[in-house]
Amino acid sequence: MGSIAEFFQHLMNGLTLGGIYALIALGYTMVYGILKFINFAHGDILMVGSYIGLFTFDAIRGQTMGPWTVIAFFIAMLAGMLFSAGLGMAIERIAYKPLRRATRLAPLLSAIGVSFILSNMAAWMWGTKSRKLDYPFDNSPIYLKGVSITPHQILILAVVIVMMVALKLFVDRSRIGKAMRATSLDQDTAKLMGIKADKIIAITFAIGSALAATAGFLIALEIKVYPSMGTMTGLKAFVAAVVGGIGNISGAMLGGILLGLLETFGVALLGIPYGLRDTIAFVALIIILLVKPEGLLGKAEKEKV
Amino acid sequence: MMLLETTKLTRAYGGVVAVSQVDFQVREGLITGLIGPNGAGKTTLFNNMTGLDTPTSGKVYFKGADITNRSAHKICRMGIARTFQNIRLFKELSVLENVMVGLHFKTGKSSTTGRVMAAFLSYLKVVDEYELMNESAIKWLEFFQLESLKDELAKNLPYGHQRELEIARALATDPTILFLDEPAAGMNPSETDSLMKTIRRIRDLGITVVLIEHDMKLVMNICDTITVLNYGQNIAQGTPAEIRHNPKVVEAYLGKEET
Repeated sequence: MGSIAEFFQHLMNGLTLGGIYALIALGYTMVYGILKFINFAHGDILMVGSYIGLFTFDAIRGQTMGPWTVIAFFIAMLAGMLFSAGLGMAIERIAYKPLRRATRLAPLLSAIGVSFILSNMAAWMWGTKSRKLDYPFDNSPIYLKGVSITPHQILILAVVIVMMVALKLFVDRSRIGKAMRATSLDQDTAKLMGIKADKIIAITFAIGSALAATAGFLIALEIKVYPSMGTMTGLKAFVAAVVGGIGNISGAMLGGILLGLLETFGVALLGIPYGLRDTIAFVALIIILLVKPEGLLGKAEKEKV
Repeated sequence: MMLLETTKLTRAYGGVVAVSQVDFQVREGLITGLIGPNGAGKTTLFNNMTGLDTPTSGKVYFKGADITNRSAHKICRMGIARTFQNIRLFKELSVLENVMVGLHFKTGKSSTTGRVMAAFLSYLKVVDEYELMNESAIKWLEFFQLESLKDELAKNLPYGHQRELEIARALATDPTILFLDEPAAGMNPSETDSLMKTIRRIRDLGITVVLIEHDMKLVMNICDTITVLNYGQNIAQGTPAEIRHNPKVVEAYLGKEET
């Protein structure tokens, strides 16, 4: 295998992994942008969404693989998204909203509690055995000048790109998106403009959770679905959000992709042992916090006097 | 009936009584001035009338309805808008977008979560709403001759324009009554002159204006009626001429003459 082909191979793998991180990181960053709070239950919302998607897919896909299984795959993904969106809004309403005027530590602890509740509930209801999502299509790789690309990777990239473009358009160009940005910049003033801040916050949680469910469902094809799957994935996506500049949507996209590339190339080219792969993200976090604590695209906040 | 009034409005922060038993009235169609030395409780009174703060006791009535404990977004939707002493624009949004945010609830029909999801799916509809907001926002920018700056970020505007933009954004919510908190603060005389013209133009649109101001030339020139607060209490109200010669007001500003 030529070294250029090898490079593109890793690039492709890194981009798919990074796209997944980016989708999850968006949820962290959007919620942080509006509430200045890290939703540590985000990874577990992803896990629940993956389970719902997996169950739906198993229920409706039928016996033989064909065009229907692909359609069923997307229906299942949508089911996971919708369920997670509802779950995210419910969690916000029950566990975070009553604490909005409390100290900043209170909702954070509440989030960690919710995270434990969700993963333990999942283990209790669905068992700790990991499950795998069956491929909805033939996943034999396509070879392109020595680079092997699986249809699954193409699927991930396509979904990630569609989601990101849709989100960017929604936030930048729609009425609700504008209200979201206004609320995140100055909640009191946004209310004075007639914006129902509580509703905007609920929508933010719904969108973030739906994106996480999508990511979870996509990784269910590669890694498996199990009750604690959200923990490490969630933490890494959180790192991606911080690296990109927490609160910044483009930053989360950039941070996610960067982290995916870093992990792939770190193992492949820098010779970091595979067992230490998970540490790359956290080393990156430490470096960014030392060098540019506001993140790559973040703006340094000036202390108000 | 008064368009807006407070009855025995009191706001205490612990032991500090910022506003005490204030009866304040706003008559429809007039420009009402609210003056008083620093710390007299003017901004606190504004905050309590616009839903940013809740009175310790007393009531606020708007068009006869009790709005004392309503949330800020509901009060805004009823037709009350305001600006701030220290300008509070959405700094990272463009000039046009700031005004569009003001149009938020006017352009949305029933914004239930379901409708949001529907809008999320049907991009065309979103574009439709956006165009509608765009058009009305431009109209308000034209009112202040800011349309050429529409794509500039709000934080990059010169100070005088930022003040105007904040007023434009408030007007976009289509208010019956507009509260201006020290609109002339930091302005030079020529900017103040043009501000006076603007406030009159706003009144001519049929909008009732209430303003806090320290610039006496502006206050005496454009206000139809003036209320004076001192140490949280309403010490006088009347026409500019009456206020100018009211001994209590003179005392509040200049201190008592030694005898």
